Amino acid sequence: MTYSDKVLDHYQNPRNVGSLDKNAADVGTGVVGAPECGDVMKLQIKVGDDGRIVDAKFKTYGCGSAIASSSLATEWLKGTHVDQAAQIKNTQIVEELSLPPVKIHCSVLAEDAIKAAIEDWRKKQAGTPAAGSQVHA
Amino acid sequence: MTEPVRTEPAIRETVYMDYSATTPCDPRVVQRMLPYFTQNFGNAASRSHQFGWTAEAAVDQARQEVAALLHAHEKEIIWTSGSTEANNLAIKGVAQMYRQKGNHMITAVTEHKAVLDTMKHLEGEGFQITWLPVDRKGHVDLEQLAAAITDQTILVSLMAANNETGTIHPLATIGALCKQKGVLFHTDATQATGKMELNVDTQHLDLVSLSAHKMYGPKGVGCLYVRRKNPRVRLTAQMDGGGHERGMRSGTLNVTGIIGMGEAARICRTEMATEIPHLAALRDRLQQRLLAGIPDAVVNGDEAARLPHLTNISFPYVEGESLIMGIKEIAVSSGSACTSASLEPSYVLKSLGLNDELAHSSIRFSLGRFTTTAEVDFAADRVIAEVLRLRAMSPLWEMVQDGIDLSQVKWTVH
Repeated sequence: MTYSDKVLDHYQNPRNVGSLDKNAADVGTGVVGAPECGDVMKLQIKVGDDGRIVDAKFKTYGCGSAIASSSLATEWLKGTHVDQAAQIKNTQIVEELSLPPVKIHCSVLAEDAIKAAIEDWRKKQAGTPAAGSQVHA
Repeated sequence: MTEPVRTEPAIRETVYMDYSATTPCDPRVVQRMLPYFTQNFGNAASRSHQFGWTAEAAVDQARQEVAALLHAHEKEIIWTSGSTEANNLAIKGVAQMYRQKGNHMITAVTEHKAVLDTMKHLEGEGFQITWLPVDRKGHVDLEQLAAAITDQTILVSLMAANNETGTIHPLATIGALCKQKGVLFHTDATQATGKMELNVDTQHLDLVSLSAHKMYGPKGVGCLYVRRKNPRVRLTAQMDGGGHERGMRSGTLNVTGIIGMGEAARICRTEMATEIPHLAALRDRLQQRLLAGIPDAVVNGDEAARLPHLTNISFPYVEGESLIMGIKEIAVSSGSACTSASLEPSYVLKSLGLNDELAHSSIRFSLGRFTTTAEVDFAADRVIAEVLRLRAMSPLWEMVQDGIDLSQVKWTVH
């Protein structure tokens, strides 16, 4: 498997690795994937009062392309309004990282993680307890 | 003139720890082969002139060397293109020759594909195949094996040692059982050659597959040992032609390759007594360092009955392909076949009962004749650093640290 320079860069120097307080009202958490499939992504966003994402963090268990996809996603999310963030498509990630066909699922997972994190945050905003998008409370 | 051959390669940019995939040729092997490409280029089947006689004499000497490694007679060695062909010839050759006697054969689920797919091919032709399961360490249940043998059974094929875990089957016990039941015993000894004692008499082996390139010889040559007394094993040839190799394998002999394999066998035989403990010491050093530096790392296979040069370790909570990517200065094999398009984890490790996640995170380190202590220490340090780095960004590791039982988590499976 040969990797693009951008994948290698994100793999070797991942951006925004870490965790935010998943119980905070302004933090949305998305965990997608499964260990037996070889990929699990946890993506978290911290959203300001104006709806802009002020911070994003990730942790990923998976191949280099999965790590790079989630690292790139956090870069894109920071400073973006949640409504725009919800529009991010996996194809943009594929293009940016030059992912080969066998690694497209990594970008899909990243898109799903973004959506799950936003959904979790929206549920908190609506005052209802998060469900489904979090694997552990 | 070419560069003089080194006896020990200099430290390379990449540390080679994949000797179970293939070995470099021992320089002594190459030196022995060289004259047979140019001056002594004869066809070993040419009986009418000196060129042929010279080649034939060298082939016969190589035959003696390979036979000596197995404690066999030289006439029992059939040259092939490698172990895959030897396995095909042994299994299909027995199946076709003894079909009147019975149509049942026994093997295990952890065999190499060259055995499994040959058996599957014969299953498609109407043979009954018993696929024995293995336990957590990779062993078949000998009582289950005995119970599987019927009056229709013509062959048991079980490898000497497994290519992924290094687990060694108790050949002498299995061989004695087969002999007592009147069933032929084939063993694929590709990984075992030169790394453990092989003796066709004390281990009651009827057919043995060997490959040169796993024992510091060249690629593209191997052989099948075929017992000629007590009992005399007969095979249906799979390659028709000039009737070479007692009619069992036609085709002009790969003289240079065979000479290389003979020299490789001689070196293995004469140096095994010192090489085995040396390899085991290096392997143990590597394994101890990895286990000490990485919490929850698990050794796969049977540490009590294992090839001396190999260790297969799972590093939970990191994914195998990303680990391989992170330790690109070290040439190793991963338990997940991610290098191909399929993302299937190793069938051997799954047969041992490992879940997909553990199988995905496993790495086979196989050391060899030219591995140095400095390389072992370098590899251990790099692997430890990379596993810890990947764990720091692993959500699974974080959950485990938080006391979450991963098996109870409801994952969003794609």
